[in-house]
Amino acid sequence: MDSQIAEPDAAARIASIPIEEIDVARPSLFQNDTIGLFFDRLRAEEPVHYCRESYVGPYWSITKFDDIMSVDTNHKVFSSEAKLGGIAIQDMHSVEGALELEMFIAMDPPKHDQQRKAVTPAVAPSNLQLLEPIIRKRAGEILDELPIGEDFDWVDKVAIELTTMTLATLFDFPWEERRKLTRWSDVATAAPETGIVESYEARREELIGCAMYFKTLWDERINEEPKNDLISMMAHSPATRDMPFLEFLGNLMLLIVGGNDTTRNSISGGVLALNQSPDEYAKLDADPSLISKMVPEIIRWQTPLTHMRRTALEDWEIGGKQIKKGDKVVMWYLSGNRDESAIERADQFIIDRKNPRHHLSFGYGIHRCMGNRLAELQLRIIWEEIHKRFSRVEVTGEPERLFSNLVRGITRLPVRLRAR
Amino acid sequence: MIKITFVASDGERREVEIEEGETAREAALYNDVPGIDGDCGGVCACATCHVHVDPEWIDKVGRLMHDGMEADLLQFAEGTTEYSRLACQIPMKPMLDGLVLHLPEQQY
Ligand code: HEM
Ligand code: FES
Repeated sequence: MDSQIAEPDAAARIASIPIEEIDVARPSLFQNDTIGLFFDRLRAEEPVHYCRESYVGPYWSITKFDDIMSVDTNHKVFSSEAKLGGIAIQDMHSVEGALELEMFIAMDPPKHDQQRKAVTPAVAPSNLQLLEPIIRKRAGEILDELPIGEDFDWVDKVAIELTTMTLATLFDFPWEERRKLTRWSDVATAAPETGIVESYEARREELIGCAMYFKTLWDERINEEPKNDLISMMAHSPATRDMPFLEFLGNLMLLIVGGNDTTRNSISGGVLALNQSPDEYAKLDADPSLISKMVPEIIRWQTPLTHMRRTALEDWEIGGKQIKKGDKVVMWYLSGNRDESAIERADQFIIDRKNPRHHLSFGYGIHRCMGNRLAELQLRIIWEEIHKRFSRVEVTGEPERLFSNLVRGITRLPVRLRAR
Repeated sequence: MIKITFVASDGERREVEIEEGETAREAALYNDVPGIDGDCGGVCACATCHVHVDPEWIDKVGRLMHDGMEADLLQFAEGTTEYSRLACQIPMKPMLDGLVLHLPEQQY
């Protein structure tokens, strides 16, 4: 299992639940990290599983690697459209007074395709390479500030800080105000229940503030010579420069939201995984050139987004089960990434796998993560810089996990550093 | 065995051999030719096996079909041309012996 299970007899208890009563949507299962035991059962006993009743209503769970792939690549039958409920197990709500940002991750072709095509060049690997030296330098500065031999929270001091720094660098965002980016990212995906915003009214106001801020940056960049940051690229590229402003904002927010929690939790998840597999940590220590293979393995192991959801546009059969038009279908990447029939020794973290990128964490098909190489680039730089400075990032206490069935998050990770 | 030559973006040529029925993706991966990632395992789901078929060979390989997953994916790849294909969708057969494929600078 990924980590110590809080409740020692959880395995026996979970094994005795009648299969039809299993409901993997409950956020508490992710927070106490017993979710893997539920998925093990579903993969073994009922890989395409229907949950009749849950707090998000009825839904199908797809739990095996190949079945997930078949849904993800079948965008003609399985829709991402926001109006049908969108891409998460909990329906995207159209709430009165809420400002809805349109993002192509929750659109079907042809609109999805047009927008994605326009934005893709901004995160093309050839462009990103230009940003590598500055990301590396800034990562080094953050790491150099850390205390040696003293307990501190890795999430707060390192994971959030590094992620915010890279986002600010990608957008060439005013440096002193960079925490605004993290805040807007949280706000854009927040509902009042989460405590991040007080009301939809408050959320709307903050997002309007965000829109105005980016409008200023956009106007500034469009009047300057083209530069390598994503805003300048979008302001000057023929495909994006005439985009209506709200569309631009939606796409921009998607880049920020897409790369925020996911990267942050991969940074923390990697530290945790290495500590749980000391042999792998020793391998890394002996041969840091393994970092480029370790990074995709960290992303598989962490699976920063546990699932993506689709809505069936017509009746369809998967694994002998009849899915009906209109049904909610959840592709559990976290489960598929532990599927022994697709990945050898899937329950182990192994930093020198032969095909480390053969995992589901980025999805597949037309919605496959647009930032996948960018995410890998950031993590590679960060691990190279960590390796230069510290012989060990030692986990000294229990990790705390996020109460969420979508973002697989680590909210606290006590660590102590040993200098090299 | 069928021969394929991969031409890297810097012009370096690598000739490899592959059995009939395997794809051009496998030819690169089995022989450690850098420049093809093939993340999805060769099932036309990721577009990280993008190649430019040498113009002399395009008619034998076949051009990209306009409606289908391969075209849906390739529309987002970097630097596509009328010779772009996904290597995992090119099964090798005797008539392709000697095939020349050009690799993009990076897969994505
Ligand atoms: C480890 C980090 C990351 C993970 C695990 C991740 C995961 C995902 C997943 C699961 C999807 C949906 C795939 C599907 O529906 O099939 C997605 C889409 C997307 N991601 Fe990421 N992501 C990461 C980092 C990033 C970064 C850094 C960016 C910023 C550029 C980004 C931008 C996007 C965008 C724009 C989409 C929408 C693509 C579309 O709908 O066509 N992601 N990502
Ligand atoms: S290997 Fe994924 S599309 Fe060819």
